[in-house]
Amino acid sequence: MQALVIVGHGSHLNPGSSTPTFAHADTVREAGAFDEVREAFWKEEPSFREVLRTLESDTVYVVPLFVSEGYFTEQVIPRELRLDGWDVENWESGDGVSASYATHGATDVEKTVHYCGPVGTHDSMSDVIAKRAETVTGNPDVGEGFGLAVVGHGTDRNENSAKAIEYHAERIREADRFDEVKALFMDEEPEVDDVTDHFESDDVVVVPLFIADGFHTQEDIPEDMGMVDDYREGYDVPTEIDGHRLWYSGAVGTERLMADVILERAAEAGAALEGAIDRVRRDANAEVAGD
Amino acid sequence: MNAAQLDAFLAAATDGIEFDGLSVTPADAGYAVSAGDGCDEIGTDEELRAFAEENPWFVSNWHYWNHVVGDAEARYAFLRWLERAEERSVRERYEALADGVARSWGQLRLEARLGEDGRRRYAIRHEADIDVPSSDLDRYDDPLAARELVKLDDRGRYRPLKTAPTLPTGWSYPDLDGHDLVRTVDFVYPATIANWHRENEGALDVTHFREAAERQTGIYDVVDELSVEELEAATESCCVDSQCLKRRMWDEDEETELDVPRGKGEFPCREPCSLFVTAARKFVTLGREETRSYEFELTPTEKEQLEEIVDAVAEGRVEEIREADLNEGANRYRARYLRARRTDEHGLSGTPTYPEDHG
Ligand code: SF4
Repeated sequence: MQALVIVGHGSHLNPGSSTPTFAHADTVREAGAFDEVREAFWKEEPSFREVLRTLESDTVYVVPLFVSEGYFTEQVIPRELRLDGWDVENWESGDGVSASYATHGATDVEKTVHYCGPVGTHDSMSDVIAKRAETVTGNPDVGEGFGLAVVGHGTDRNENSAKAIEYHAERIREADRFDEVKALFMDEEPEVDDVTDHFESDDVVVVPLFIADGFHTQEDIPEDMGMVDDYREGYDVPTEIDGHRLWYSGAVGTERLMADVILERAAEAGAALEGAIDRVRRDANAEVAGD
Repeated sequence: MNAAQLDAFLAAATDGIEFDGLSVTPADAGYAVSAGDGCDEIGTDEELRAFAEENPWFVSNWHYWNHVVGDAEARYAFLRWLERAEERSVRERYEALADGVARSWGQLRLEARLGEDGRRRYAIRHEADIDVPSSDLDRYDDPLAARELVKLDDRGRYRPLKTAPTLPTGWSYPDLDGHDLVRTVDFVYPATIANWHRENEGALDVTHFREAAERQTGIYDVVDELSVEELEAATESCCVDSQCLKRRMWDEDEETELDVPRGKGEFPCREPCSLFVTAARKFVTLGREETRSYEFELTPTEKEQLEEIVDAVAEGRVEEIREADLNEGANRYRARYLRARRTDEHGLSGTPTYPEDHG
């Protein structure tokens, strides 16, 4: 038997914080490749600390629903899962965006744990960002005549958060789909406040690389960009600012195709998926096409 | 008992069966069998079949536990516990299961009853809804729905601690198989079955406070500064039955027991939870402050009123206090009147919190 555990941050204060984790877990369940799929959280239950013991499977794939490598993925999660002999050196990442997986026992259960890199740094996350642009514009061919801003938090406890943003911006730029692609940040240069200064295109899609919608994506970023003075008034998509139309998408982590990234991570770590990735992709595409 | 169960029984008989009072031992001229009472010598396979047909409960019971539930340890133990399998014979159990056998698990009322051919069916509802007609409860069948169902309490407030005694009412899972029963319970009270089972096996791994605090990093690094007195106040605030249904099994450390009740819950708490650690962090910063002396003018009744307000907030009773009950110190009009009379921009009785800032 093989199990998948999706680990997210969760919240003591915000009941919506775990919703994307639940939604992606359900999509993965429907795809049917795992005997068990379970969510676990830092701030909710089951905790990282206890999730492994709730599983009947001997083989467990753990995928962190986090944006970047750093404090949580390298210290907190492995420690709380009690990965035996964890050493970040074995994680095949020195550059902050290339961790793939590492296989360990856990000291409190007799299981093999394949601990994967976070979803946010996986290559296929670039596709999810592009998909998010399709979803928010309602246009499966969006690209020509459009600029794309990938937005991250920036300077934070997490030293690698900017790297993930720049990595995907670069990949999407190379794919040559959008006229312009920029990496912007809330707390460092170049700042999302001046979003229109960075683009020549009339239409700009703004996609924040965040897992769940919350304070930053629903309040700070729309206000910083000048879409609205007070987020409680709500905003239009698109909103016209300085002669540009801003298509603001909200957190990329709520995109249905995120389940695909989770599966890709598990597959690279050796999970047997039997077509589950294709199924998830097909369904996510059908959604944008309006089927 | 159905044909498939009978076939499985006859096939297993050749290796011998020993389960819940049912015994089949292959012997030279057939089998020695018994079903809870005296031992019969049986010759042919035909006679074995006749024996099974005379004891269908024993066969279906054997089949259910060995072939349907299977050997997943915690799930198996939990379902056995639910129908009191270790306390009652098969006959007693089948009679009881015909009417339904109920047990409580936190605020859950779990019920087991006999389904087709000796299979079990299970139901879950809030213990406060025991006497509510099923038609008045929202029906659920998908264990996954429990995740959303238990997110908010009856007043619509978010429940960050799953084992807080604030489980919402008004719903039921009337018909689950054993697998889905366990999944549903695990969504309502995560990991409780696994830890309860470990405890019963004598294998509960407890992480005491000091060890858990040592492990913390980042902003939680400071929680190990909590003194033992503060720790006792903290567990008394968070870990008692009125706040959390888990039975606290951790202490300060292996040697130092905390002088606070552990709780009466069925399932153990094996280490400080994330909510507790977050609270502990706040308590550490509160504990760093030095006390000061202040002089206030208050009437005796006003002093008691402040105490009543603290008490009402601590017990979560604020919402229960009636609008017009002016005898309650924590009544809103009383509190507003106290504020109007006794506080100004300097605070209580005009006494500044930091007198040095006010020359
Ligand atoms: S630490 Fe306290 S509040 Fe948290 S689960 Fe255990 S008993 Fe409950």
